[in-house]
Amino acid sequence: MKGLQLRGINKTYGNVKAVEDVSQEIHSGEFFTLLGPSGCGKTTLLRMIAGLELQDSGTIILEGEEITALPAIRRQINTVFQSYALFPHLNIFENVAFGLRSRKVPGPEVDKRVKKTLEMLELGQMTKRFPHQLSGGQNQRVALARALVNEPKVLLLDEPMSALDAKLRAQVQVELRRLQQKLGQTFILVTHDQDEALVVSDRIAVMKDGKIIQFGTPVEVYESPKNKFVAEFLGTANLIEGTYHDGQFHTELGIFELEKPPSWKKGLIAIRPEWIRISDTKPDKNGIRATVTEMIYRGTNLDLWLSPGPIRLRTSTYKNIQIGDQVWLDMAPKEIAVLNE
Amino acid sequence: MRKINLLVSITAICTMVFLYIPLLSVAFFSVNDTKYGMVWKGFTLDWYLKLFQNEMILHAAWNTLVLAIVSTIVSTLLGTILAIGMDRFPWPRKMNTTLDLILHLPVIIPDIIFAAAMVVAFGFLRALSSMFEPGLLNMIIAHITFQTAFVALVVRSRLVSIGKEVEEAARDLYADTTYLLLKVTLPLLMPGIVAGAMLAFTLSLDDFVISFFTAGPDSVTLPLYIYAAVRRVVTPQIHALSTLVLMVTIIMVICMERFTRKVNIK
Repeated sequence: MKGLQLRGINKTYGNVKAVEDVSQEIHSGEFFTLLGPSGCGKTTLLRMIAGLELQDSGTIILEGEEITALPAIRRQINTVFQSYALFPHLNIFENVAFGLRSRKVPGPEVDKRVKKTLEMLELGQMTKRFPHQLSGGQNQRVALARALVNEPKVLLLDEPMSALDAKLRAQVQVELRRLQQKLGQTFILVTHDQDEALVVSDRIAVMKDGKIIQFGTPVEVYESPKNKFVAEFLGTANLIEGTYHDGQFHTELGIFELEKPPSWKKGLIAIRPEWIRISDTKPDKNGIRATVTEMIYRGTNLDLWLSPGPIRLRTSTYKNIQIGDQVWLDMAPKEIAVLNE
Repeated sequence: MRKINLLVSITAICTMVFLYIPLLSVAFFSVNDTKYGMVWKGFTLDWYLKLFQNEMILHAAWNTLVLAIVSTIVSTLLGTILAIGMDRFPWPRKMNTTLDLILHLPVIIPDIIFAAAMVVAFGFLRALSSMFEPGLLNMIIAHITFQTAFVALVVRSRLVSIGKEVEEAARDLYADTTYLLLKVTLPLLMPGIVAGAMLAFTLSLDDFVISFFTAGPDSVTLPLYIYAAVRRVVTPQIHALSTLVLMVTIIMVICMERFTRKVNIK
């Protein structure tokens, strides 16, 4: 059996349930992301996979072999730490070589593997330098090299980009994704940054209060959020409350048609700001007459707030719109996500 | 605003003068070419030369060094182990505060109380073995007891600043406990250990109270010798000796400062 399986993992600190009954399968070679706000238990879960923390109950299976009780030094899993945790007294070469040296890999092979990994991450010129002489982005790559040189079965990344500035982060996200696809290795990333999760992941598990509340591909979790929390945590969403009867959804804003009837009588629907279209004429279905109350120009797009609601709207194909203008909003049934919880 | 600045400067200068006049005057009289009196009679190094011909002083200097070196080595070892044990062992939270208190007590307790307690303790031990007659061994043990706490405090603050993540990273990279200790913890801890050792050494060198209570007739150290000599008459020889001890201490402090600064920049 390939990949990593978590079965019924629990962990409590005092009275706080950090991780509660998490069962999840992570496929071999996939980029899996644990996404959630701080304190949701994602880092604790990662540390248990690394073997740095012992779960109260549950089993961890790596490639068909149970590793539940093995300490970190006997798991073929390596971690990129949030602070990188590089060894300040060792130069870059020795930092990367650490995992090989501690397992008594012969010298020439250490040389070969470390050099190859450093080249791959474009750190070939840095071997003799020390971590304090490198930039944040370079240190992050060293941390990545130090873990990857061991050819782990699973690579864990604990918020590895939180120390980088926004521009560099966007670039590193793409590089990380390419690297993972090139190597075909299993990566598990922990992050609270939803953009990052969407960019890099094959699958995302959204965590809250120690539980995984939804998992799926980025498209699935973004376009079909299961509940209010997921809808609002990944991006922004207009949440509209109402009741469903006679084949239609009745709200304060008006009557909507949905693609499929929901499983409930009273509940929420979500519609992303960029899914709403502006129209001069009344649309066939789900048209709402609204007034622009606020505008923010963002370069690539324009954010609008409209009343009633307030409804948030994002458009990149805007025309001349001014505050106070009355427009038709087109909320096509296929763009509306029905929340099931 | 300017007036206040002037006032602050003057106060600062006065304080410095107040602090250093006694020390400077000792140094001044140690090179003054007269045995009595407070007037300048010309520069001489005679008192320093005589110092090195005085058997008792040389003996006391030897005792002081043996005491300082042996107690520093042992206390550095014990203090480091203690600090690692206190900081890295997963103690329950309540236990942690207790340990903290236990570690700080020897530092806070007045020397005289500590010394008196030593006398009582050695009294008991003497009943078991004649090894514990007042003398150099007792002094070494007594110095180790208070130095260990100082070393442990310094080393522990370094441990805290290193953090646990680097060690976790080492474990994640397949390092067993020995490898971790030798390749990560100890190299990173070294500045703290050296600083702790230097502090312990200086404390032992300067200690009077605890030495006084535990010394025997044959184990006079320099502070004890100076005290005894001063009670009879203050000679320029004593000034010279005091100045030397002072200079050794200053050099130690400067070294310690340099060392920690260099490490911090790194």
